[in-house]
Amino acid sequence: MDKFTTLQALVVPLDRPNVDTDAIIPKQFLKSIRRSGFGPNLFDEWRYLDHGEPDQDNSGRPLNPDFALNQLRYQGARILLGRENFGCGSSREHAVWALEDYGFRVVIAPSFADIFFNNCFKNGVLPIVLDGAKVDALFKAVETTPGYQLTVDLQAQIVTTPSGEQMPFEVDAFRKHCLLEGLDDIGLTLQHADAIRAYEERRRGEAPWLFN
Amino acid sequence: MAGKTLYDKLWDAHVVRADTGGTTLLYIDRHLVHEVTSPQAFEGLRLAGRQPWRTSSVLAVPDHNVPTTERSAGVTGIADRISRIQVETLDANCAAFGITEFKMNDLRQGIVHVIGPEQGATLPGMTVVCGDSHTSTHGAFGALAFGIGTSEVEHVLATQCLIQKKSKNFRVRVDGKLPAGVTAKDIVLAIIGRIGTAGGTGYTLEFAGEAIRSLSMEGRMSICNMAIEAGARAGLVGVDETTIDYVRGRPYAPKGEQWDKAVAAWFDLHSDDDAVFDKTLVLNAADLVPQVTWGTSPEMVVGVDANVPDPAAEADQVKANGMRRALEYMGGSCTNGRIEDFRAAAAIAKGRRVKDGVRALAVPGSGLVKEQAEAEGLDRIFVEAGFEWREPGCSMCLAMNADRLEPGERCASTSNRNFEGRQGQGGRTHLVSPAMAAAAAIAGHFVDVRAIG
Ligand code: SF4
Repeated sequence: MDKFTTLQALVVPLDRPNVDTDAIIPKQFLKSIRRSGFGPNLFDEWRYLDHGEPDQDNSGRPLNPDFALNQLRYQGARILLGRENFGCGSSREHAVWALEDYGFRVVIAPSFADIFFNNCFKNGVLPIVLDGAKVDALFKAVETTPGYQLTVDLQAQIVTTPSGEQMPFEVDAFRKHCLLEGLDDIGLTLQHADAIRAYEERRRGEAPWLFN
Repeated sequence: MAGKTLYDKLWDAHVVRADTGGTTLLYIDRHLVHEVTSPQAFEGLRLAGRQPWRTSSVLAVPDHNVPTTERSAGVTGIADRISRIQVETLDANCAAFGITEFKMNDLRQGIVHVIGPEQGATLPGMTVVCGDSHTSTHGAFGALAFGIGTSEVEHVLATQCLIQKKSKNFRVRVDGKLPAGVTAKDIVLAIIGRIGTAGGTGYTLEFAGEAIRSLSMEGRMSICNMAIEAGARAGLVGVDETTIDYVRGRPYAPKGEQWDKAVAAWFDLHSDDDAVFDKTLVLNAADLVPQVTWGTSPEMVVGVDANVPDPAAEADQVKANGMRRALEYMGGSCTNGRIEDFRAAAAIAKGRRVKDGVRALAVPGSGLVKEQAEAEGLDRIFVEAGFEWREPGCSMCLAMNADRLEPGERCASTSNRNFEGRQGQGGRTHLVSPAMAAAAAIAGHFVDVRAIG
């Protein structure tokens, strides 16, 4: 996993609540057995005017000009600004793989669905929860200010606006550590292999049917 | 000290190690695997040179991509090349890592959330995970069950544990007796209508009260299945005689002396009387009516006797017969693909005919559900009424296989998600109970199932 320390980047707004993982990466692309290459199909049904299929050349497909990601002013954005309950629905990690593959490293929203939120951290993407009023203000600022960028400092847990306003955010200490260091959490867990074995031994005594 | 909730008990019993930062290493008893969310996890194991920690905890099955039409040609007969590769990859990974798999043409194959309970692979008191959000289904057994992403699938394969944070406790109590014609599906849709699709985010939902207790395991599974649609990763129902009766004698269930010991332990799997919940909702069963979703989110739901709120244009489309030619019926899925669901739908279909122009699919949740239904003659009732009787799988719930809606088509579906394009681009889904779906297929529009004898 890539480390995440700080990021200064362009912000793209996605102004709708309950953006579900089916919308982030439609199901036909879940058939891939790979982990990469989902970026061109991120938000496929909103981004293109035709129907997309896996293994297709996406370069010639008709784009939906109304969709923010297709607008010139948002090209190169690495921070996605969303609304409530972002990432709801299916557990597909492909949703985060698609965001990451497209280039996003930060998603800011007032709330996230749990599984999506977890999946972000596993892939070097930082989901940031800011309160509704702040997110509202950011939407206004992004829409009225071409080239609007934010700076995200994970170590300090602060989002800074171009005018210098600082918005602190919460992040779990363990996840922060993993992101900052780019750590593989399987390796970390395996450092506790003895504790896992000890647990299994005790449980086997109490509830042997769990190990049949 | 206050008592414990069921969730607290399940959590505490699985803590391997608690970190100061509030994260916990939680032990996983059962890991269910399917073809869509596992290839990259096995690949990760391989790249890191790791082996699964405990293969006996893993049970795999292909379900999302399998055709629900004739399958005698086996995996090579899957027409869609990419679907086929995914199923073949699961077969190869299970063989390579020594994992038990019910392959596509195994009688026991079916939707992962149907076969876990059916096999007794899901037991009370377990932690159950699967790379699928509807893993919440298994909470009906008093098991802590939740969906995980692919990185977590790899993490569980490699370590038998997950790094977790405890969620909060939310109890939904449904008091009183359910009126006739109102099913488990209607209860859960009504709950989601009340609390919204994010109402349960950050919580584990426990469903309690007389109306829940009176439900069969199938009904409890339908409710827990949709806990995720209310934003909760896990749903729970406490263990009682109904739970034990369902589990008894299943292939993976404990036997003999172990069984007695297990049952004694399982009876403690309910919230203590003095347990404290962070949030509570109380509904009265007598107030509930059959539900129909009208929008593109499960919270956009109304009673069949009510008017659809704004946008007003939807109202006539849903309530009147605007669906005529375009209606499809889809019966099945991990929400409602169990024997009891087909009995309920068959009771409506019996002696009636699917409306001309409506295409009606009945897709059993597993090979064993199909076999049971056929033994009871339900397949004949469906076929005579003009339904297609299919092979088990996810089918049109997600439309990853060949079953899907065409643009402009509407579907009365017994599944769990009505998201835009879920059942095929440009199609529209209305979530309902099996009986309501069958009644819609016959009438060609939504009708109140309580008015049908
Ligand atoms: S039936 Fe539908 S919701 Fe259930 S596992 Fe299959 S695709 Fe997912």
